Amino acid sequence: MVTILYFARLKESLGKAREEFALPESVIDLGGLRDVLAGRGGAWAQELSGARPVRAAVNQEMAAADTPIRDGDEVAFFPPVTGG
Amino acid sequence: MGLTDPAGNSMSVRIQTEDFDTGAEIAAMRRGNPAIGGIASFVGVVRDVNEGDAVSQMTLEHYPGMTERSIEEIVTQARGRWNVIDALVVHRVGTLRPTDQIVLVIVASAHRGDAFAACEFIMDYLKTRAPFWKKEQTAGGSRWVDARASDDLAAERWNSGR
Repeated sequence: MVTILYFARLKESLGKAREEFALPESVIDLGGLRDVLAGRGGAWAQELSGARPVRAAVNQEMAAADTPIRDGDEVAFFPPVTGG
Repeated sequence: MGLTDPAGNSMSVRIQTEDFDTGAEIAAMRRGNPAIGGIASFVGVVRDVNEGDAVSQMTLEHYPGMTERSIEEIVTQARGRWNVIDALVVHRVGTLRPTDQIVLVIVASAHRGDAFAACEFIMDYLKTRAPFWKKEQTAGGSRWVDARASDDLAAERWNSGR
């Protein structure tokens, strides 16, 4: 299982701030996880298929598509940051 | 939270809903530290207009844990480039209105050049790397603020030597 967190615009459009997700064996990295989630269709496809800007972190470090994902990880998806 | 690096230098990063008092924070940083020769500070404030629309209020969201860690990393990077005796970053979250303070950066150094540069570097990196998101309320409803290309450029220039 991995914990997936959603923030800001994604949290609203996906209607979810957090979920526990059983990692399919085929998913070994962040890009693979994003593809599986986008495959849920609807808002998931809109937010995570690459049409809208999205960033991600693995275990609270900024991550890229090839960042490995393992059981127990905390993954987060969110829009580009706008603080300050 | 207050941290001390191996050289005995300190930094503090706080995420809070409450307002802050810049004068009191500077006084606390100066107190009892005769090595400090200059202190630079930056205060970010909520504007009443964004993208041409009047903003009545905004809400700031963050990623508890990652936000603090990412700012600590930014301060550590600044310390690697300039003489930084002490640094404080306070960022507010929750609901804010025009004229409210959002963010405070204070850097104390032996000399002003380091304090000015490190303060600006920390702000530029915070804007592009620390996980905060603004949602603003306008007459047309609420909207998430889009990231600005100009902020990415401001952060990028630190990589090319100014």
